[in-house]
Amino acid sequence: MYSLSLHFFYPWIYLKKRIFTFCTIETGQFFSSGHTNNWAVLVCTSRFWFNYRHVANTLSVYRSVKRLGIPDSHIVLMLADDMACNYRNPKPATVFSHKNMELNVYGDDVEVDYRGYEVTVENFLRVLTGRLPPSTPRSKRLLSDDRSNILIYLTGHGGNGFLKFQDSEEISNMELADAFEQMWQKRRYNELLFIIDTCQGASMYERFYSPNLMALASSQVGEDSLSHQPDLAIGVHLMDKYTFYLLEFLEEVHPASQANMNDLFKVCPQSQCVSTPGHRTDLFQRNPGSVLITDFFGSVRKVEITKDTINLTSSVKPPIQSIAEHHVLQFVADVSSQNPKQKDWHPPDGFILGLWTLILLVFFQTYGIKHLKHIF
Amino acid sequence: MNERQWQSTDVEVNRSDGTKNSETFTPAPAKDQFQEELVIRPLHSGDIYASFQFRTLWDTDFLQEGQKKVSHYRLFPKSLGQVLSKFSVQELHISFTQGFWRTMQWGQPFIPSPPGAELWVWFHHTVSDVDGNWKELTNVLSGIFCASLNFIDMTNTVQPSASFKPLGLGNATDHRFLRYATLPREIVCTENLTPWKKLLPCGSKAGLAVLMKSEKLFHSSFHSQAVHIRPICQDEQCTSKAWELRQTLNVVFDHYTSGQGKKEWSLFKMFSRTLTEACPLASSSKVYVDITDNPELFELSPATPLLSQAVVLGDRRTYSVYDLTRAETFGQLRSFNLLLRWKGDNMLRPLLHAERYVAGFGLQTGEIHTVIYNNHPYRAFPVLLMDSVPWYLQLYIHTLTVTSKSRDNKPSYIHYQPAKDRHRPHLLEMLIQLPPHSMTEVTVQFERALLKWTEYTPDPNHGFYVGSSVISALVPSMVAMSTNFTQDQPLFSSFVPVKEESSYFVRVYTEPLLVNLPTPDFSMPYNVICLTCTVVAVGYGSFYNLLTRTFQVDEPSPPLAKRLANFIRRIRGVPLLA
Repeated sequence: MYSLSLHFFYPWIYLKKRIFTFCTIETGQFFSSGHTNNWAVLVCTSRFWFNYRHVANTLSVYRSVKRLGIPDSHIVLMLADDMACNYRNPKPATVFSHKNMELNVYGDDVEVDYRGYEVTVENFLRVLTGRLPPSTPRSKRLLSDDRSNILIYLTGHGGNGFLKFQDSEEISNMELADAFEQMWQKRRYNELLFIIDTCQGASMYERFYSPNLMALASSQVGEDSLSHQPDLAIGVHLMDKYTFYLLEFLEEVHPASQANMNDLFKVCPQSQCVSTPGHRTDLFQRNPGSVLITDFFGSVRKVEITKDTINLTSSVKPPIQSIAEHHVLQFVADVSSQNPKQKDWHPPDGFILGLWTLILLVFFQTYGIKHLKHIF
Repeated sequence: MNERQWQSTDVEVNRSDGTKNSETFTPAPAKDQFQEELVIRPLHSGDIYASFQFRTLWDTDFLQEGQKKVSHYRLFPKSLGQVLSKFSVQELHISFTQGFWRTMQWGQPFIPSPPGAELWVWFHHTVSDVDGNWKELTNVLSGIFCASLNFIDMTNTVQPSASFKPLGLGNATDHRFLRYATLPREIVCTENLTPWKKLLPCGSKAGLAVLMKSEKLFHSSFHSQAVHIRPICQDEQCTSKAWELRQTLNVVFDHYTSGQGKKEWSLFKMFSRTLTEACPLASSSKVYVDITDNPELFELSPATPLLSQAVVLGDRRTYSVYDLTRAETFGQLRSFNLLLRWKGDNMLRPLLHAERYVAGFGLQTGEIHTVIYNNHPYRAFPVLLMDSVPWYLQLYIHTLTVTSKSRDNKPSYIHYQPAKDRHRPHLLEMLIQLPPHSMTEVTVQFERALLKWTEYTPDPNHGFYVGSSVISALVPSMVAMSTNFTQDQPLFSSFVPVKEESSYFVRVYTEPLLVNLPTPDFSMPYNVICLTCTVVAVGYGSFYNLLTRTFQVDEPSPPLAKRLANFIRRIRGVPLLA
């Protein structure tokens, strides 16, 4: 694995010397992300017609991700129920995200890999870890490698520490964290962005402990994520607030956009969302400000044009290679001995304060303040 | 130096094109041709039935052992070709349908299909493990068509002995190589149409497939898309064989019955598109409009002098033909939009149709009734009824009765395979002679099983589906059918091979059944635990305390605050508290 990374770095370092027309900022960003391919796993876990908004959430992220370049073969889309061709849908083969039927996120070219009863906790975890039966077709597998950036989006009904699948089973935050650790140990991702839009969504990323994970949630523990607007013709709520504003943000992103993760963290502040979106970046190596949105949502291929001949088979090692090698080894050492940063100390919140006040009050009530000076 | 290396590789390829021997190069690609057609038939109820058929004929043999594996695909889709050769498939028929075909109002369809998904496959006689191949085939097809076909397993697969004979060439006697399964719950939506369209040579970019917009296709009473693959003879003597792939899409638009329009329609109104060109890869591209019923009352625009007559489903029909490979069909605007207004509403009454329903009350027992109607005034003919009932409806075969005109009608052939719990469904096949102008009723009682709680679906109160019954028959025809199949016939009349002149083959599907099984209350375990723990804690706990608690006088130890105060006083040397 080390030699592979060497060969990856060496020609780029060599090229860097030869090309003078690039400004330094661009070359810096060119080498800043180490991924070569992008995958997306988009899951809607709710069944029944009144959960239309969860399917619309997932399809709007699917639409953005496809628009920015990730092909269907690299997207695993799981929808627990069919809303588009549901007999209650007044406009068949459509799923709208904006009221007055402005935007059909279902579209004409959609491939759903897991649908209906196939969306279960077991299938979801098998897709993530790659432990699928041998006859599973390719479109249902997550064939990522150690240079893949994966986007995982979950939506549905959730609670403190769990996410409900199809009204009959749940996945806990510990199971999810363990699945990601399995993925890390099998080198199934380079970097992973986890977005969840459920009630108390922040509880789902509390237990992560694998490196290179960044997580976003639509609400904190103890808060509910709210839905956005109903459409009176269709009769249900069309989208959730967080994903609605996320879709509006992503509609402005194009493949060459330089928007970074800090912009994504600002999507849907409390004034718009009523709940407080949260994020977690302590397990992530790079600075979120240097991570482009298209690193996860798009599939931007880096192309470099050169008119010089590059000799890739030379055995003479220029001195610059030792620096590259050092960087590579340092990177690997950092990553494998990753410890999550210590959490900041928070002052005790209202409940603990109230409890202590009560204890002290009872104490003084029983013994009386003026008696205390006789005791002591 | 590097550039020279690149060049020399190129030169090597060029030189070896003609001179190298055939061990390293495959022979020239086989001949294949593609035809597309659209048939539009106004229905008796005022609706429109549109049927697309796309046929690819390929002169090759996937299953021949001596020949090299097929590796060059042109018009035939590679994903299906690889499936055929890997699993040694002789014939494959798969259909996805949304809605139920109403035979009494719409007549007979060109290609019938049951609601949901249906898959039946004949494997080649060299296959040793048919079940293993079947399981893998369903998984691969579920990936190709984005459908949950992986739910097809041994609990819903049957091996019909007489009903599904091969429609192409094939050894029809050994039904061990036939597998049939249906998923009545399967939903059809754009995600199934998208990969289906990608199998066409022109995709959805040119030819008739540009009309397939999902927003219009799924806003209909009936929508069915299917793929049929079979080997056929190229000529009368069958000296050469070819593989035929037919992709069919049947749709019935109900603008009239749903009150959205008058009895007039156009291509643009139905599909929200017009045709601009034929598929360049197609050898023939035609649109047929059925004008048999009162041609004077029709107003067809643009008019066409081309007429054709075809005998289909036992009836001679007249069609107006539009040939899209000719440029003049598109007129000056280079767009072809068919307009039709009509007033007549005559229909040939279908000779055979069937219904099925569940009778009974409660959640323990029930009765399945299948009713078959023979509307022919004087001819009796036999029909083959095939029923595949899941194991959780336990049939009591001793209560099976077949009555026609209130008299017992004994079937001449019965093939019954009982179910094994969680392993195999019931299979019942009967050959029944239908008297002329009669109604035949087949009834059988059943008992509902209680499933294990993990076997229930996430929405068990919806009910459980039972697949459609299949009724296959050779119905006597009013008009003589042509048995010469190599004649240039439109695709819609040449799907089923015609063996006799006086009858035509018809397959009728009944409705699927929706049956409620006794469903437990899934919140019960939680409620029981709460209640039991409360009763134990309050009721039994109080009794236990009353019976076993004894009272003793005890010196109370000083409270903690006093003890702490005494400790501090001891340190200060001050007298202690009491």
